[in-house]
Amino acid sequence: MASTSVQRTANRKLVGQLLVLTAMMFGFGYALVPLYNVFCEVTGINGKTGRLSQVQAATLVPDKAREITVEFVTNVNAGLPWNFRPLQDKVVVHPGVLTSVAFEMGNRANYGIVGQAIPSLAPQTAARYFSKTECFCFARQPLAAGEQKTVPVRFIIDPKIPADVDRVTLSYTFFEAPPAPEPQAAVKGSAPNT
Amino acid sequence: MSEAAAHHDAHHEHHATGMMRWLTTTNHKDIGTMYLIFSLIMFFIGGSMAMIIRLELFQPGLQFVNPQFFNSMTTMHALVMIFGAVMPAWTGFANWLVPLMIGAPDMALPRLNNWSFWILPFAFSLLLGTLFMPGGAPAGGWTMYPPLVLQTGEAFPFLIFAVHFMGASSIAGAINIIATVFNMRAPGMTLMKLPLFVWTWIITAFLLIASIPVLAGAVTMLLTDKFFGTSFFSAAGGGDPVMFQHIFWFFGHPEVYILILPAFGIASAIIPTFARKPLFGYSSMVYAAAAIAFLSFIVWAHHMFTVGMPLAGELFFMYATVLIAVPTGVKVFNWVATMWQGSMTFETPMLFAIAFVVLFTIGGFSGLMLGVTPVDFQYHDTYFVVAHFHYVLVTGAIYSLIAGTYFWLPKMTGHMYDEKLGKLHFWLSTISVNVLFFPQHFLGLAGMPRRIPDYAVQFADWNMVSSIGGFVFGASQLLFVIGIVKCIRGGEKATAQVWEGAHGLEWTLPSPAPYHTFSEPPPAASIEGGMR
Amino acid sequence: MTTSAIRRGARRMAAVLAMAPLVASADWDKLNLTRGVTPYSEEVYQLHMLILWVCVITGIGVFGAIFYSILKFRKSKGAVAAQWHENTLVEFLWTAVPAVILVVMAIPATKALVMMEDVAHSDMTIKVTGYQWRWRYDYINEGVFLYSGLARTSDVARQLNSGIDPKTVDNYLLEVDRELVLPVGRKIRFLTTASDVIHAWWVPALGWKRDAIPGYINESWALIKEPGVYRGQCAELCGKDHGFMPIVVRALPEAEYKAWLEKTKAEQAPKTADSASAPGVSVATAQ
Repeated sequence: MASTSVQRTANRKLVGQLLVLTAMMFGFGYALVPLYNVFCEVTGINGKTGRLSQVQAATLVPDKAREITVEFVTNVNAGLPWNFRPLQDKVVVHPGVLTSVAFEMGNRANYGIVGQAIPSLAPQTAARYFSKTECFCFARQPLAAGEQKTVPVRFIIDPKIPADVDRVTLSYTFFEAPPAPEPQAAVKGSAPNT
Repeated sequence: MSEAAAHHDAHHEHHATGMMRWLTTTNHKDIGTMYLIFSLIMFFIGGSMAMIIRLELFQPGLQFVNPQFFNSMTTMHALVMIFGAVMPAWTGFANWLVPLMIGAPDMALPRLNNWSFWILPFAFSLLLGTLFMPGGAPAGGWTMYPPLVLQTGEAFPFLIFAVHFMGASSIAGAINIIATVFNMRAPGMTLMKLPLFVWTWIITAFLLIASIPVLAGAVTMLLTDKFFGTSFFSAAGGGDPVMFQHIFWFFGHPEVYILILPAFGIASAIIPTFARKPLFGYSSMVYAAAAIAFLSFIVWAHHMFTVGMPLAGELFFMYATVLIAVPTGVKVFNWVATMWQGSMTFETPMLFAIAFVVLFTIGGFSGLMLGVTPVDFQYHDTYFVVAHFHYVLVTGAIYSLIAGTYFWLPKMTGHMYDEKLGKLHFWLSTISVNVLFFPQHFLGLAGMPRRIPDYAVQFADWNMVSSIGGFVFGASQLLFVIGIVKCIRGGEKATAQVWEGAHGLEWTLPSPAPYHTFSEPPPAASIEGGMR
Repeated sequence: MTTSAIRRGARRMAAVLAMAPLVASADWDKLNLTRGVTPYSEEVYQLHMLILWVCVITGIGVFGAIFYSILKFRKSKGAVAAQWHENTLVEFLWTAVPAVILVVMAIPATKALVMMEDVAHSDMTIKVTGYQWRWRYDYINEGVFLYSGLARTSDVARQLNSGIDPKTVDNYLLEVDRELVLPVGRKIRFLTTASDVIHAWWVPALGWKRDAIPGYINESWALIKEPGVYRGQCAELCGKDHGFMPIVVRALPEAEYKAWLEKTKAEQAPKTADSASAPGVSVATAQ
């Protein structure tokens, strides 16, 4: 009744193949992370906005015929004792024109805290056409106890933005930055501004 | 089982007795029995949690438990029922039946089989142990969405490791079943002659291998996010909490079919037996199961329509989801056609199988409704969803398990179960389960969210009705245990065929099935006879 | 008792159990989805009824065939089993017909979804922020915001063994300390986000719910047609008090809304300098 050696070899081979499949699917779970990020970039899920250099931004041709209202909203995540607000509620811009706005942030705590701002744009479909050349969200922001600071954001909207978009909302949420990022983690952690 | 053990072949090597026998056994029937008993115990533990939930929801106001404990109960109820009751029960049936159905002497990998079972008590000790920890058991829902799940107290790593172990056990079981079916079939047992239970289990096994590792990856990411400074799901570090939901449901939707596909197999065994008519559309049953399995990998986002997706994504997932209704419909129609112009009798397994078809179909209808994105924006995360998945899992998976138990119990024990008791169990269960879950549709449509310990008074009437149904349903399951115990201890002798209309290799063996079976492959004629 | 007697009795009992509450309340609104007060909620309701009827009719067919078989093709009545087990035409039909029905159903569903996702050309914006366990509403560009949590009467009554009968509390668990006041007849854009864990903002009368996710904003819209008070709840498990963060929307005619807004602006004006600039501050400092 014991399995023949032929059968045993067949079993071993099949088990090996199935284990490889299992390992591949475990890896696939992790592969979903970069896949998801690429997917988000293409589709604008979660409104992740883009980043451009000044030079790249200069290549966009302004579309003076079109006006888009850009609104600004700010959030501070629970547990971060910071003030954070836009210095303008909204601006009306032409696509393809580089625009500067400013935000004010302050630390109400009596100790220094490092924050990280996460941008999010609504509608999501507009996110891939919205880029920044300068933003406080590109880097972690340390604030000393009681420190108050005004920071600029320079952004540009690609004139190729879908025609039905008349208003976009740029949201920033400040989180307490994750502790002590290694240089490598910082590369991964740079995802918020890309 | 003692009788079964007594049958063991004289020439078989000496095996341990007492506790050591169960710890070290590599016999598929022993291991199958252990799986089934384990899952029955888990069914009652998970059921007790459901009773606490229904007790607290009996009337508005908080009378018995605080909200945190209530959330622990909903979380643990789901984990215990899914990973502890239903999945091990299917593996238990597979262990018992797959070798018998394909004419194999045992599972292909008997020692792995032993390990995959014994991981489970260990995993569930970890999980249930969290109930006694500071901060309490996990309370963030079985779906473990971050950031909420990261607020879990000391129970958190135990939850993660318990999930890892349950997953490892399931994967080992799945590998074993695939190896058994692929390499151990009796000569002449071609793939398109396999009983549908074997077919659905093969498909289930591939679903397990493809989806459980993804869950393992997702919970590992949670673990490293919490303790090792990664930020897969934390926006602050560049991650995204919604990504967890995508990864989780990439596992979670196939998981739904892992829980239900073997049930299709059992219904496809029982209905032809008691209709005394061959199963209608055997090959379309196989193709439909395969189609459902394939579709289950491309519909995951229908569990999360409200997270905010681009229109194109919402449309794709809606179309793919409602498409599942087609192969599922084929299955239901096939069962109905099998009954049509049959010669039916209504023993307990058949009663449960018919109730399965009817009530599972009701769950299928609500599933179709939930799949339509714009309406799901209303239904999502309400009691309508709770009603839906309990129709699919309780009157679907559990009903089929109960039907299968009554159906094969005479083969396992050598005795007939108490038919009167079985019928009483059926009628009490079937009435009460509808009193329990049907009103939950109304609650959901009226606006009651799920996972809440207390509710507005306008929901009071139906919650009370539902709770009463719940208590009766819970109590009725004691009859099930009594019936099983009575059947193991004695009763009318079962014949080899047990049921007049039964066909298949397992029914060519004496009842109870001897400890070692098909040491010699069955004759080709009996394989053909099983096919009819 | 014979099997059939048991079955008859059981069926009668089931019928009584199923009918009793129906007859007692005879109130379909309590059993069915709300029609709501927005164009979208109306679309959703119509769609819901369409699918429901498709399911009911299919159900009658399928269950009818099952029960007919049970009654007709039973061995005790001398039924002899046929041995056919295939029929290509029938199998083709019951694959194709449901597929066609689904395609037909998908048309209005797609239409409704396109409508929901068309957030452009809105008249005003409300930012909704979920906290453990209350809501914050910002009237964007108006400089007005408010926090909205479970009303005190409910909060006292909902404590474990409070001894207060929930039936004596007005709108138990569905009452807030400060309502979200909105105008009727304007396309209102909602931006949902959260400050700690994921929540979901749901008022059934508006026809949708949307997740509030920390770090991200989600867009939806509603146009309320009729003045009134509309209640809802958080719909995504958000921790121990998930069941205790209700939502109350008071929809006012335009003029009354304007008056409310000016009044609230005036109330908040002296504090605007410090509190409006601190979106994340705790309720104590904010109010």
